[in-house]
Order: sequence, then C-alpha cells, then structure tokens
Amino acid sequence: MKIHEYQAKEILRAYGVKTPKGVPCFSVEEAEAAARKLGGNVWVVKAQIHAGGRGKGGGVKLVKSFDEVRSVASSILGMHLVTHQTGSGGQLVKRLMVEEGAQIEKEVYVGMVVDRSTQTICLMASSEGGVDIEEVAASTPGKIYKVFIDPKQGLDRVAALKLSEQIGVPREVLEKGADLFEGLYQAFVDTDASLAEINPMVLTADGDVLALDAKMNFDANALFRQPKILDMRDLDEEDPAEIEASKFDLSYISLDGDIGCLVNGAGLAMATMDAIKLFGGEPANFLDVGGGATTEKVTEAFKIMLSNPKLKAILVNIFGGIMRCDVIATGVVEAAKQVDLTVPLVVRMKGTNEDLGKQILRESGLPIISSDNIADAAQRAVEAAQGGQ
Amino acid sequence: MSILINKNTRVITQGITGKTGQFHTQISRDYANGQSCYVAGVNPKKAGQDFEGIPIYGTVVEAKQQTGATVSVVYVPPAGAAAAILEAVEAELDLVICITEGIPVKDMIELRHSMRSMNSRTLLLGPNCPGVITPDELKIGIMPGHIHRKGRIGVVSRSGTLTYEAVAQLTELGLGQSTAVGIGGDPVNGLKHIDVLKLFNEDPGTDAVVMIGEIGGTDEETAAVWVKEHMSKPVVGFIAGVTAPPGKRMGHAGAIISGGQGTAEGKLEIMDASGISITRDPSKMGSLLQSVL
Repeated sequence: MKIHEYQAKEILRAYGVKTPKGVPCFSVEEAEAAARKLGGNVWVVKAQIHAGGRGKGGGVKLVKSFDEVRSVASSILGMHLVTHQTGSGGQLVKRLMVEEGAQIEKEVYVGMVVDRSTQTICLMASSEGGVDIEEVAASTPGKIYKVFIDPKQGLDRVAALKLSEQIGVPREVLEKGADLFEGLYQAFVDTDASLAEINPMVLTADGDVLALDAKMNFDANALFRQPKILDMRDLDEEDPAEIEASKFDLSYISLDGDIGCLVNGAGLAMATMDAIKLFGGEPANFLDVGGGATTEKVTEAFKIMLSNPKLKAILVNIFGGIMRCDVIATGVVEAAKQVDLTVPLVVRMKGTNEDLGKQILRESGLPIISSDNIADAAQRAVEAAQGGQ
Repeated sequence: MSILINKNTRVITQGITGKTGQFHTQISRDYANGQSCYVAGVNPKKAGQDFEGIPIYGTVVEAKQQTGATVSVVYVPPAGAAAAILEAVEAELDLVICITEGIPVKDMIELRHSMRSMNSRTLLLGPNCPGVITPDELKIGIMPGHIHRKGRIGVVSRSGTLTYEAVAQLTELGLGQSTAVGIGGDPVNGLKHIDVLKLFNEDPGTDAVVMIGEIGGTDEETAAVWVKEHMSKPVVGFIAGVTAPPGKRMGHAGAIISGGQGTAEGKLEIMDASGISITRDPSKMGSLLQSVL
C-alpha cells in the first residue's frame, strides 16, 4: 500500500526525523492559510499524488508571495499530473502540501528496502541525491553504499555513522545523519513498511539534516495489524477496477491491451498474458480468481473486465486442481448469462473433470470458443479480438 | 528415488483443526501412502483429541517424540504462521512446508534470522507455496495428486497452477516426475530454485529438471549461474511475467519488478546464457523437456 508524501513525513517526524514544516491542503484557501501560518517568504507547493516524478511533471513549484501561493495552488489542484509513473492520462491532483523553503547546501539519497537475497532490511544511501536512484544504480553503482541490518540488533550506530560519512555528510553533522537513519529504520520496522525513500535528504546552510521528500510503501500482508497505516489509504489514487476487484478477493491489475484474462493462480495468469503477447495480442488485465473460483467471483470478474471500453475479447484459462472444471464451467456459464457478454469468449479448461466442464460449456448454447491448450487459446483470443475490430 | 519426501516420510500437520488444514489433510491422506504417512496433528487447545483418527498433540516436540515424524506441513493462518514454523524449527524437524499465504514479510525476516542464528538444519519450503509431491508415494500440500505420474523428471516452481500446468504437460507426454516442488511466491522464503536444483542434481532418480520462475528478485539468475557451473543434468525453463509492468505486484507478494530488477527478459537472458533451454510459450514446457532428454 502507498501513502502520500505528507503522510510519510508525519510518520517519520514521530520517529525524530526532521523535515521542513509543511501543511496538507485540499483547496486554494487552505494553501494560502498554510503559507501564512508557516510564515517566512519562500514556500514550496507540492502536488500530493502517489506517483513519483512530480517535480518534472510540473507538480512542485517554488513560490515567493501569497498571491503566487494562490495562483500555483489553483493551477496544480485539479490538474492531471503526468509523470513517468502515471501513464499518459496522468493522475488528478486533489491534495497539496505547502511547505517552508529550505536553504539547501547538499542533497543525498537515502532508501530502505527488504533485501530478498540476504533476507534482511537494507539501508542504502548515495551522495547522488535528488536524482532517480535507478539511474545511479545503472551508471555508477559504486556510489551506492549499503548496510544490511540484523533485525534482532537493529541499526548499528557505528555502521550508521560510517554510512553518513561515505555519502559525504560533513563531519560536524555526521551524528545528525546517523540519527535520521536510525529514525527511518525504526519507523520502517514499526509500520511494516516494504520500501522507504528520502530523496533527497538535504544538508542545510544552518547545519540541519532534513528529509526534503519522503515516500513509504507498506506490506499488504501486514495491514491487519497496522490500523493507523490503513487509515492513510487514499482510494482516489487507486484504479477503481482494482478497488472493485479487491472487494471480491480478486487480484486484478489494469493493463493497456484489449484482451481480458481470467485465470486461477498468479503464475498461470502471468503466463496467460505472456502467451497473448507472444501471439501478437495485448492483455487488458491481470486477473487471478484464486483457488475458490465461485460463480459469484467469476461473475464479478466478468463485470469488471467488461467495464473496460477497450475490451475486445475475453480469455478464461483455468487449471482445475482441487477446484473442479465442471464447477468452474457452471460459474462461467452463469456469469456469461448474467452479464451482457458483448465480446467473444475463449475458454481453456484443464484438469479435474475437464470433459464434464467442456460439456457444460457446449450445452450452454453460449457462443463460447473452446480450446485445449494455452497457446491455442491465446491465438484464438487474439484472432477474435482482431476480428472484432 | 526422489528428493525431500518419500513413502517413508512421517508428517505432522500444524493447523490440522482449521478448515483448510482439515480439507487438505483429508485429500493428502487419501493419496498413495498418505494413510501411513500422516501421523500427527498439532493444536495446543485440542491435545488428546484426534482428527479422523490422526492424533492431535499439544506441541510439535511432543508430536515428534510420540510418532517419530520428521516433517511438518503448516496451514496455520498468516498472523501465527511464522511462530508455527519456528516451533517446528525448534523441534529440529528435517523439513517444514508452509502452505499459508499472506504472512507479513517482517515476520519472515525475523524467522529466517532466527533460523540462521540457531544454525538450524531444518529446511523450510514456502511459505505461500503448493507444497511438494513425490508421485505414487506422498503428497504434502494442495496440488491435485491425480495429474502426476511417477517418473524421472524434477519440477521446481514459484507458482502453483503454473506448476500443475507443467506437470500435466509432462504426464501427457508420458514423462513422469521424480518430485515436484513449489517453492512459493513470497519475497522472503526458505528453499530457493538453486537449493532444489542441487537436490535434483544429486538425486539418482532424476534425469532432467523443469524450472519455472516469475518476475521479481534475482533467485532465478543465481540458480542459472550455479547451473552453468555445476549442473550435470539438462534443465529447461520458463519465466512468467514478460508482459508485467514495473512496480505492480502481480498477485504474489514477490512477483514485482522493482528498481529495474527482476524482469522476465533479464532472467531469460541469463538462463539462456547458462545453458538452460528456455521457452516463451507456456504450452511448450513439456515438449521442450522431452527434446533435451
């Protein structure tokens, strides 16, 4: 789960991480009031969306008067902010943060992730702040320093100080750098985070170490014990189809193509999408109906797929294991009857009671294209989608 | 021959009184030698009772002492699953197979750390995996037994239904399996592709291996490098997720491309360069394996 920058900074401040003072705002009036309350004569107006790359997309502006706060806030609020992470349609900006300006001497990068190969939490930092860390990793990987943290001991002070030094934090404020790392680590562990980034962490002219930006993602499996984090969820930032699917315990992700996929199992679902691509088509979605594909779930899955105006065909690929094919076939037939099936439907079924399942499909009187293997089913779905153009 | 489990393995079910545990214990017990292999269940509140004739003990240690079981399978719900695994590790079982999906990553990091600091010799398979089956001998997990045939092909995979897909293709071609292993789709887990490939390499009952991976992490890459140096048997591979967009979790917690790492193309390239025969068509896993024998 993702949260906004201002929410991540709230969490980090509770762990002693210093940030510029900022106020979340939902309107132009609130933005001006925030600037007046913060005082000073330089502020930053920042669009709050979950995607990264806001600055480049025009969602972060430096302003120097209350008039400018108003005009910038009104232009950013309601804009469709396009970044490399939003897709071409952009993301509608509904929240802002107005923050005091900072006197920046130096920018560095700090990140924290679960490292899969060492099975530890990894703190990483680089003297190259404010830029895309993936570019640093690709061009100058030697500039990224890492500390793998023992979960029983926590972040070692000596290691934190050394990292602070390695990324060029001046000697006088080394301790402040280490403090920030420690606060970040504790916040990460306590909130079941899966990723945290402070990019940039800045050293200011008056000797402070601040988190100028902050990003945190959380482990979906741990939300049951993180009610405060769950309260920060902003449904406006999520795909409506994905939200609808999650209500029915369906794992759904919207994609750009025109062939809907309904599959049981995440691996098989990805493989089905890949097969569509292999035969010249483009999948419209990832959809894993899980182990217990009931008629209700299949019906909801059909509705969600059919709500996509780009949809030109549906491919159902089910491997009946414990779940029997005849049960799934009944579900597919019921679902197809309940929804207004406007596109060709290809069904591939394999496994337990496969013949009975196929018979049910055949006798349903529905125009279902039946197939025996993934490749053939994918080809038929691609042909059907093209034929429908 | 086989790896990890065979007809002489004795199994404890942790979470035997839950709905999932009951359902799959029944089905697994009905498969091949299940009747003599499933010897104990664990539930501290129901010690002394039994589940359809399988005695329930209060702790894993007690179940092990009373029955001689060396393997456990965990169906305990996510919030308590890591603790259940740790109990089996502390009882010094040989192998723990965790089926449970949805365990918090932090719990797994702490568990794996505990296992390392104890120098534990217990192997962990999973979590969030279908389990392991040695056809015609013993099935531990949620896979459909009837698609398997006894034979000499090893299967190792991160996904459930995609494993069944590969197994069904092999069986249709008359190629039975020595053992099929699902290592699970979580980012922090126990046995990885490389560990299972090592076991298959040493198993005289395995002639070749189907290795199925998916996007996320670098386990397939690590395994491929090992295969190039050490594997004496042919390996064929498929990676799911060529079409997966970066930054999106594709069902499995571990199936996510992040920081430019873990792409299907990257994995396929390294596997190809390591002498693993790869296919991009998921319907060709079986026939590709047949072609390298």
